[in-house]
Amino acid sequence: MAEMDVSSGSHHKGPGVKKAKKLSTRVDLTPMVDLGFLLITFFVFTTTMSQPTAMSMNEPKDDTTTQVKVKESGVLTLLLGKGNNVYYYFGQLQADKLSEQFKSSNFKEVREIIARKKKSTPPGDLMYIIKSTKESTFKNAIDILDEMAISAVPPGHYAEVDITPQEEMMITETEKANGIQ
Amino acid sequence: MPKVKIPRKSTNIDMTAMCDVAFLLLSFFILATKTKPPEVLAVNPPTSVSSKAAPDNAILITMTKNGKVFLMLGDGTRKAEILENVNRDNDLQLTSVEMAKWKKAQFYGLPLSKVKSYISSGENIPATSMEGIPVADTAHNELVAWIKGVVTAYAGTDQRKLQEMLLVKGDNEALYPIFKSVKQAFKKNEIFKFRIVTNNEPVPVGSELFLTGHNSKK
Repeated sequence: MAEMDVSSGSHHKGPGVKKAKKLSTRVDLTPMVDLGFLLITFFVFTTTMSQPTAMSMNEPKDDTTTQVKVKESGVLTLLLGKGNNVYYYFGQLQADKLSEQFKSSNFKEVREIIARKKKSTPPGDLMYIIKSTKESTFKNAIDILDEMAISAVPPGHYAEVDITPQEEMMITETEKANGIQ
Repeated sequence: MPKVKIPRKSTNIDMTAMCDVAFLLLSFFILATKTKPPEVLAVNPPTSVSSKAAPDNAILITMTKNGKVFLMLGDGTRKAEILENVNRDNDLQLTSVEMAKWKKAQFYGLPLSKVKSYISSGENIPATSMEGIPVADTAHNELVAWIKGVVTAYAGTDQRKLQEMLLVKGDNEALYPIFKSVKQAFKKNEIFKFRIVTNNEPVPVGSELFLTGHNSKK
């Protein structure tokens, strides 16, 4: 779209005198601007999106002498199963009430369960126990810790504990009943 | 009555100024972008609401999708020392020439028993086909030996700085037992604080963290 200056051609000086055509030096810069902004958007997106963050982890010392005692009424146990499923129960598992106590959920609903528990329990008694099965993923383990942060559970009021065989059995049974492969 | 002449204006605008601005911004963004080394191990980390940036020169433990564990020593100042410690403590019997070769590696992802034969063979195995540091067996978790090497190398220095450098990065689909072995390796070396590399996600609207608005914990 470079423009040609043709206006001066109409003005003849005389017969035989040929005037050299004057070409304008103006170039249309629109495509160049387009390209510039395209590249800018590309760089803007790539710079902001690849910024990894770091989440702190505090592990307790494996020390059996200083076991923390918690009130049963304040405890919510969250079990991470396969396929992003979460199972939970309040207090301690009682052999005669297993099926009532043991409930299944998922990561979308777990936030509300955590928040509800937090509201209904005195802050001093609150305790979340997180147990992961062998089939749960790294993502699950991080997500549940993230849920703790999202619900503003103070540090020291949640802990990761090894799963017990009884709980593992309960999970496999629930998985069978719910048809989770 | 004289006719009012409306002068016809050209629709062509001078694009030079706009072009200047565009390229000025472009050059700014190019210069501001940090050139990241291409990721050899493709890992898709989980998301978290944490907004602290991960440091660049870190001692990074990577867990891949298939459960392999790799170690990356990003802090060049003590790399030689760490490798020396690992060599000595585990009786790898590497010569100084082999040590120099070993130091050049970007990833450490071989069982300790295979290190010597790998270096002397002179082949360059890409990280993707390495078998990873064996961690699954709790009694022979080799990551414990590696972290011991790291801890010994940094003994006497600011432990807080070391804690800030220890990063664990894992794929979403890595299974939990591997992460547990990694945690175990830290614990056995008396390290109880480390950090996890995540992608930032916004704090969910209406959640308690969102309402209180502070993100200092975690």
